[in-house]
Amino acid sequence: MKTKSKNQLMEKYSIFIVLLFMIILCTFLNRNFLSTGNISNIMKQLAVPTILAYGEMLLIISGMLDLSSGSVLALSGVLSVSCYKASGSLMLALLAAIAIALICNLINALMVTNFKAPPFIATLAMQMVARGIALFYTQGQNILQLDNYVIFGQGTLGPVPISIIFMAAITVIIWYLLRHTRFGRSLYAIGGNEEAAVASGINVARNKYVVFILNGILVGICGVLFMSRVNAGLPNGAIGYEMEGLTAAIVGGTSFSGGVGTTMGTLAGAFIIGCLNNIMNLIGVDSYIQQIVKGAIIALAVIWDIRSKSKKSTRVILAEDKGKACTSYTTKKEKES
Amino acid sequence: MAEEIKLRVLNIEKSFPGVKALDRIDFSVRKGTVHALCGENGAGKSTLMKIINGIYKPDAGQIFIDGNEVRIQNPIQARKYGIAMIAQELNYVPEMTVEENLFLGRLPVNKVGRVDWKKLRKQTEAFLKAENLSYRPDQKMKTLTVSNIQMLEIIKAISNNAQIIVMDEPTSAITQKEVDMLFQKIADLKAQGVSIIYISHKMDEVFRIADDITVLRDGTVVESHPADELDIDKVIALMVGRKMENVYPKEKVALGEKVLEVKKLYSAGTFEDISFHIRRGEIIGFAGLVGAGRTELMRSIFGLDGYTSGKIIKDGKELEIRKAADSIRNEIVMLSEDRRRYGILPVRSVRENTSISSLEKVIYNGFAHEKKERTLVNQYFKKMNVRTPSLETAIQSLSGGNQQKVLLAKWMMRNPDVMILDEPTRGIDVGAKFEIYKLMTEMAKDEKAVIMVSSELPELIGMCDRIYVMNQGRITGELQQEEFSQETIMKYATGSGKKDRHT
Repeated sequence: MKTKSKNQLMEKYSIFIVLLFMIILCTFLNRNFLSTGNISNIMKQLAVPTILAYGEMLLIISGMLDLSSGSVLALSGVLSVSCYKASGSLMLALLAAIAIALICNLINALMVTNFKAPPFIATLAMQMVARGIALFYTQGQNILQLDNYVIFGQGTLGPVPISIIFMAAITVIIWYLLRHTRFGRSLYAIGGNEEAAVASGINVARNKYVVFILNGILVGICGVLFMSRVNAGLPNGAIGYEMEGLTAAIVGGTSFSGGVGTTMGTLAGAFIIGCLNNIMNLIGVDSYIQQIVKGAIIALAVIWDIRSKSKKSTRVILAEDKGKACTSYTTKKEKES
Repeated sequence: MAEEIKLRVLNIEKSFPGVKALDRIDFSVRKGTVHALCGENGAGKSTLMKIINGIYKPDAGQIFIDGNEVRIQNPIQARKYGIAMIAQELNYVPEMTVEENLFLGRLPVNKVGRVDWKKLRKQTEAFLKAENLSYRPDQKMKTLTVSNIQMLEIIKAISNNAQIIVMDEPTSAITQKEVDMLFQKIADLKAQGVSIIYISHKMDEVFRIADDITVLRDGTVVESHPADELDIDKVIALMVGRKMENVYPKEKVALGEKVLEVKKLYSAGTFEDISFHIRRGEIIGFAGLVGAGRTELMRSIFGLDGYTSGKIIKDGKELEIRKAADSIRNEIVMLSEDRRRYGILPVRSVRENTSISSLEKVIYNGFAHEKKERTLVNQYFKKMNVRTPSLETAIQSLSGGNQQKVLLAKWMMRNPDVMILDEPTRGIDVGAKFEIYKLMTEMAKDEKAVIMVSSELPELIGMCDRIYVMNQGRITGELQQEEFSQETIMKYATGSGKKDRHT
């Protein structure tokens, strides 16, 4: 019994062990890896992909995904930047970004729940439309000189970068939603078996809308963080960022078939990718090679995930048989006595 | 000729890490006979059949066909040795047509390797005609009903010229008429010298067709005898290792108020003019052939499908049921006939599967109270005698009977007024069946109402206070306990009984 629970523990925390192992390895590869400056650098770079990954995670858990987040990020980012330039209000700029991303995601939700479009197709369409609008609005020109706007991505509150505060707060909120609300449980149920979720009394359409709304808020925030970090409104920015988010979620143990995934896993997944990127830069790996390594890591993560799962299920069946044998044994004993 | 041994397995052993699934199994099937294999879920029947079919490799032991030792490494080899298996869980490609599915993996081709569609069509038509089946070769599989598909699977196995056919619960989803057709087919096959290994929980069927019966328990052969030396009680006693005093633990319960009343419920194309009622403490049954509209009716009452007109009244108040959440809120719950599709959340833990419909009991004041949840779930698991290694085990790794009990625990946790059970005992073993019957009795005693839809007449007769019989979307008969008999029910179910309703 004891060894079994140990195994379960290993399984539960394996992703964190991988992360720890990686940090140790990175420290050996480059002495500067663990320096405060580098850590803070990694964290700042990680904020946007991690927050996007949370959105993707929520969607994947409930059996969907979002291919539009990179484009919607860019659209909400450039509109937010011009809103700031017009009004000079940071608050208004932030709200504008969230509102734009929210609208895009409401359309995604409408497509998926009301028109029953597969999320892959619906969000792929949004990816093109949102990017198109961003480019059309700016006529392909970058918006420069953002003044105080950069505070979101570059500023600090005391010693802590503001982007990291955003990331930390969002991590806590997402963790809470998944772990401590009926909404969270419903998401796992919907992704686990949508028809059974309906038959269990769960309002699937409403929950899907809520997931997209949350994703919209997250993408909007990322739009602001991204543009202010690079100090420009880039209509062509953040291309492929949806993949960064998806990768972090999947590496962190979110199952693409739905119904499985945790906040902390996704956070660890994002950190693993972040450390990988960072160490490859530090030790000067060719950027083309970096892509190859990242691709290979994703493949390995998925293989490992599937293998550990199949092992788990066989072991459990046997445990049940054992439990059965035990029960019949005790009944026999009881009879005898 | 009947004494000739077609298949023999000798001292077969199979272990999975930590447990011995099969222990020195010795089992032989005579040529041209039906050999029934009985045992509770988990007794090792499926493991043994998977070894014979080459899906698992045995750790030790030998397999002989016609007296020659063979090594069966995979299902393709098994097919070459003339072994065919009709699995309990049907395997088919929904988007494929009947003919493609029938010849899946062995489509006729011409010289250059192109599929010979004309030949395929001709052969399929010949098969369908020979078996008297009325579907078209170019129909998609997804348009067929479960029973159609099951018949097709059987034909598929037969069409392979198999000499040994393993049938795992072949009648779990087909109508009485089709069962008769199947048994006729089995008789024909026997006459042609084909051996059949027949696995079923339905004892009356086993005794109708089996020549020999082998009982497995905990991975060993308990006993093996010609069928005429055994009877139903003996086999059940051997299976469970103890005597089952009473198969149906029915108790007389005083009936209370009308809790649910359905008036003139109508749904275009599926059922019409449905009126019935149920009182507290009552167990009513819905009998009928497959396709009579029983499941559709229950799905409408539970809110999974809509209805066109009519009233659903609970405790004197008319309900508006648009979705399952509406009926659940009004304490009407349903255990679906299709456990895998509408019941379980496969990857989630048994704990979450149990509490998913009662989340307000475990998540409140802004937090999930997991300790309380575990206590509650444990309490219902104990009541239902659920066997699971832990509360965090994914439900997909439990046996069918245990999954069913978890789903029952899930609804019990809501403490519902009306429980609809659609084929609750399909494909589960005697022990689990008995526990479900016991639960029904408990619920009745607890002033709840239970509606049971079942195709197994003995269990309807054994458990119900009243039985409604449906035929082609209408209620054609209502029987009181003293009128119960298989003949009367079948008369109404086939539409040959006169419409004759008591109030």
